[in-house]
Amino acid sequence: MIETLINLDLAPFLLSFKLAGLTTLILFILSLPLAWYLSQSKSKAKPFLEAITALPIVLPPSVLGFYILIVFTEVDLNFSFVGLVIASCFYSLPFMVQPLQGGFETLNKNMLEASYISGKNQWVTLLKVAVPNSKPALLTALIITFAHTVGEFGVVLMIGGSIPNETKVASIAIYEMVEIMDYTTAHIYSGIMVLISFLVLLSVYIFNHTQKKIGGFH
Amino acid sequence: MITIDINKKLYGSYGEMYLDIHLQIQKGDFVAISGQSGSGKTTLLRVLSGLESAEGTITIGNETWQDKDYTLPVQKRGIGFVFQDYALFPNMTVEQNLLFVENDKDLANYLLEITELTVLKDRLPATLSGGQKQRVSLCRAFMKRPKLLLMDEPFSALDPSMRKKLQNEILILHKKFGTTTIMVSHDPAEIYRLASRVLLLEQGTIKSDGTPKEVLLKTSGSQKFSFEGELLEIIKIDVIYVAIVAIGQQLVEIVVSKYEAKNLRIGSIVQLSTKAFSPIIK
Repeated sequence: MIETLINLDLAPFLLSFKLAGLTTLILFILSLPLAWYLSQSKSKAKPFLEAITALPIVLPPSVLGFYILIVFTEVDLNFSFVGLVIASCFYSLPFMVQPLQGGFETLNKNMLEASYISGKNQWVTLLKVAVPNSKPALLTALIITFAHTVGEFGVVLMIGGSIPNETKVASIAIYEMVEIMDYTTAHIYSGIMVLISFLVLLSVYIFNHTQKKIGGFH
Repeated sequence: MITIDINKKLYGSYGEMYLDIHLQIQKGDFVAISGQSGSGKTTLLRVLSGLESAEGTITIGNETWQDKDYTLPVQKRGIGFVFQDYALFPNMTVEQNLLFVENDKDLANYLLEITELTVLKDRLPATLSGGQKQRVSLCRAFMKRPKLLLMDEPFSALDPSMRKKLQNEILILHKKFGTTTIMVSHDPAEIYRLASRVLLLEQGTIKSDGTPKEVLLKTSGSQKFSFEGELLEIIKIDVIYVAIVAIGQQLVEIVVSKYEAKNLRIGSIVQLSTKAFSPIIK
């Protein structure tokens, strides 16, 4: 047991966090304008966009993975880290967009209009007024997206394979350990996952709780 | 001079109606708009500011804000708007709220001084009282040196002493900046004190237009006092009838004749007026 701990390969975890970090960053940048548009739009196209955005929640990861696999075969991105990042962006999109959209929708409309009246366009209003006043929604979106990407398994299995330091993330590593009946390592890996996930969620809830207590961010 | 000639379909409290406004306002005027809720007051302000669209034309001086095939976006109208709920930016200090509109420190300091807010300029809105917030909102509205200032029931959330203070500050700023001001208000005393002209809106159209005295003073002829109230009950006592009427927060009893009692409906809004007596004001 001790020996297993000392020789434990932490690379899958580092890879998982690298993947989750990059995915979260890219999704944050892409989702801000999308979530903003969805929160402000009264267009007839809005329900369609919302439904497409929410698809990864209901689709089995294998369906998403299958389509991505087909597309990636054309552009030669299968079994690579870059491919994994792109696939994760699709997979975790709703977990970024929905909390952001929800946060923007609860903002005081008059406050946003006051910004327009002050001569500011949509972008300035989004970045200087909407974003700074949606901190709990922002934090929720970032953490949930990060955690959801760390917990990703099906899509990675289909398009990533298990190449060490390239596509072998923590969830895949655990699956492999179980397959080769190395339950000790599987236990340690799983334990680490449970602990990290719990701490992340706990910190979000503690943060939101204290924010509610002091009545916002001011 | 501001010329407003607009038409917009609205879904008011009585179903569909049209906001149909034809109006000219002199530069520097202080106009109050009054009327029941759902009569289109707020929509008129929003159309003027460019937050909502309507058919028709709006011109201010030699600028066209809207005509048949052109609408100047809200960002370019350079108006000031004071919201009922202040609508300050919670993430910015008092001073930053002003500078966000226009990066003009001298003007910001000047406005904060007039409204006695200088000591609060580094505070966040959440730490201010309602009256202070509304003064910040007023200052912010003047940061564009607006030709047109729009206010949507700016005092309704404030207590009476705070109202009076803010009203004085509005008058000072309105004169200093030579702004044309349009204010939605329900309070006759406030309108009388501030406005030079009152428009009474009903079902989307202007029902009366004149000085506050002409429009708001309900007495006519030799009437000295006139109040509107709700008729709550009519009681028969021996041979007379007594009507109980609620005027504001107060209940009064009025003797009515049998014939009058027959024609009055419980729950309706009635007008009480008296003539020829010497009122006592204490």
